[in-house]
Amino acid sequence: MNPELSPVGSTTADSRPRVGSNVRIASILVIVVVGSLLFVAAQPRLYRAFCEWTGLYDIDRAEQVAVSSLPGRPVTLEFDANSHDGGLLFRPQTNSLAVKTGEIVHVIYRVENTRDSTVIGQAVPSYGPQHAGGYVKKLECFCFKQQTFAPHEVREMDVVFLIDPKLPDDVATLTLSYTFFEVPAGGAKALATSAEVRT
Amino acid sequence: MQATHTAGHAGDHHHDDHAHYPSGWKRWVTTTNHKDIGSMYLWFSFVMFLVGGAMSLIIRAELFSPGLQYVSPEFYNQMLTLHALIMVFGAIMPAFVGFANWMIPMMIGASDMAFARMNNWSFWLLPPAAILLTVSIFVPGGAAGTGWTLYPPLSVQMGIGMDMTIFAVHILGMSSIMGSINIVTTILNLRTPGMTLMKMPLFCWTWLVTGFLLIASMPILAGAVTMLLTDRHFGTTFFNAAGGGDPVLFQHIFWFFGHPEVYIIALPAFGVVSHVIPAFSRKHLFGYTSMVYAIAAIGLISFFVWAHHMYVTGIPLTGQLYFMYATMLIAVPTGVKVFNWVTTMWRGSLTFETPMLFALGFLVLFTIGGLTGLVLAMTAVDIQLQDTYYVVAHFHYVMVAGALFSAYSGLYFWLPKWTGHMYNEGLGKLHFWLSIIFFNIAFFPQHFLGLAGMPRRIPDYSQQFADFNVVSSVGAFGFGLSQLLVLIVVFQAVKGGAKADSRPWDGAHGLEWTVPSPAPYHTFEDPPAFDAAEAHA
Repeated sequence: MNPELSPVGSTTADSRPRVGSNVRIASILVIVVVGSLLFVAAQPRLYRAFCEWTGLYDIDRAEQVAVSSLPGRPVTLEFDANSHDGGLLFRPQTNSLAVKTGEIVHVIYRVENTRDSTVIGQAVPSYGPQHAGGYVKKLECFCFKQQTFAPHEVREMDVVFLIDPKLPDDVATLTLSYTFFEVPAGGAKALATSAEVRT
Repeated sequence: MQATHTAGHAGDHHHDDHAHYPSGWKRWVTTTNHKDIGSMYLWFSFVMFLVGGAMSLIIRAELFSPGLQYVSPEFYNQMLTLHALIMVFGAIMPAFVGFANWMIPMMIGASDMAFARMNNWSFWLLPPAAILLTVSIFVPGGAAGTGWTLYPPLSVQMGIGMDMTIFAVHILGMSSIMGSINIVTTILNLRTPGMTLMKMPLFCWTWLVTGFLLIASMPILAGAVTMLLTDRHFGTTFFNAAGGGDPVLFQHIFWFFGHPEVYIIALPAFGVVSHVIPAFSRKHLFGYTSMVYAIAAIGLISFFVWAHHMYVTGIPLTGQLYFMYATMLIAVPTGVKVFNWVTTMWRGSLTFETPMLFALGFLVLFTIGGLTGLVLAMTAVDIQLQDTYYVVAHFHYVMVAGALFSAYSGLYFWLPKWTGHMYNEGLGKLHFWLSIIFFNIAFFPQHFLGLAGMPRRIPDYSQQFADFNVVSSVGAFGFGLSQLLVLIVVFQAVKGGAKADSRPWDGAHGLEWTVPSPAPYHTFEDPPAFDAAEAHA
């Protein structure tokens, strides 16, 4: 055996049943450690590949399945806009739209601040008929957060949504109405929270 | 045998004992002696046990009554996180590494560990890690408050305390890997002639498998926390959905480490008990070969059951079923072991000294913890019990009554060999009875709390849980205080007491009992003769 590799204190070459030198065994074990490190480094890719292979990860596919299970039906959408104070001119680019349920709808609203001062506002939605509101699935909306308008700024803002195919059959026309409220400087947070709950 | 290599030359013996190391603190900093390092591991783990225990008492004080009394919810979260990390990585694991350092060379007839200097490093990495963990309480934002699982997104958001925890985990991982390489090499290479693997003491077998589990699984944890670190500071999005990552990936990686970790803690505990029960039954261990295969099977299967911690993360039904059955499969080799321990005692000539009492306490309570584990393995049940106090009760039965009781069993068993004095048997028994009674008062009611729906990791709770929480807190404080007894016992045994024979337990077998008590500083400089009839005892 290799005396220089023997444990401290062991002086004579002994007849222990060695598998190999200590350093050789330790090297093999270090290779296991490196293998483990490589294994964990590969995990993000392996995980994604596994989830895509099995379809676990495919949110789009899940959405397709959900949509295809119920056929879409035609429905008329009407858009309305009001401003609680006269300072903001607020109107939709489209007044009315014929769509199918389950389709993704993209509508643009236009806002103009007619004042000489900065205005902070928050749009609050309402629906007609009211019970149809639960079937409007918003993906993106300017009403999600407060908007700050510079003096005389004109801005176009998006709302993206789809109508749930489970919309009751008696609803043939659905009106989506936004009202812009000016946010007082102090109470901004409270209004924002309550508005988000309602959307 | 004793006369041939230890007591042969009285002069040399004295020389061995005192000449080779510097005096004072330098001895402990520079030592490469497996006995010194084993002692340091054991003392370190006991200090960490007291620190982690104090944290658990803060938790139980807060839970004594509903509402928020003593600590803020943030601090409560930090306490439960540090309690878990310190107990797992600072107390239980180093305790069994300490046993391995002390006992494995003596059990296999080696003069020291294979890499004595690396052994010194393995130990001295621990204090910096422990300091990082505990000091993180005082930095802005406090310590990690995520639970020991460090799940993102919370762990990506926390303050610098989280970074300190990550570095502590890195250091602890390095220490464990170095220690395991050392232990595995020692066991494979330095056994005395004639001691084949299947004649090796069972504690060595449990550590051989544990060493492999550590070597394979600690790098996984290191990788997971490194990804957390880069997510936190370097703009990667491994676990951030907004950047294309997935927080559930962390859970998979963590538990791929985390489940073997459970057996890293449990297997050496099995090993200790497999020595104590035969010794006090005055019989050979029943079913040695099946024990070895059971250890190997547990070690192997432990890598394939990780997602039973994740039944509610949305894994598909097929996955839930696979992990449920695979988890239940682990109960088979574990059941074999429990059967063998009980059968070892069957028609044995039993006596009930403290080591045996702790081994029996282990056997009963670990079996209860194993059974609640089987309950939790069932997906349908687990969805109800996930993150409730039932889980807390389950893992404290296997961690405290399993690993800790086994460590105490080993401590009382080998203390005469380490100190040369018999410990105070009366105090030892008192320690056992106080421990087992208060342990059950503390943790048994938590089963009921969990079944009734009390969530874990929350500092406040609904009024209907108040009574059982009072009981549990009383038990926890009783358990915590009675652990101080072991300090008295150990100090007494170190200072003096009845002289211990080289083999103080008449039923104990193995090479470690052929050297005098206390064990000389250097043992087995020449490989001892190995009597195969003495094997497996």
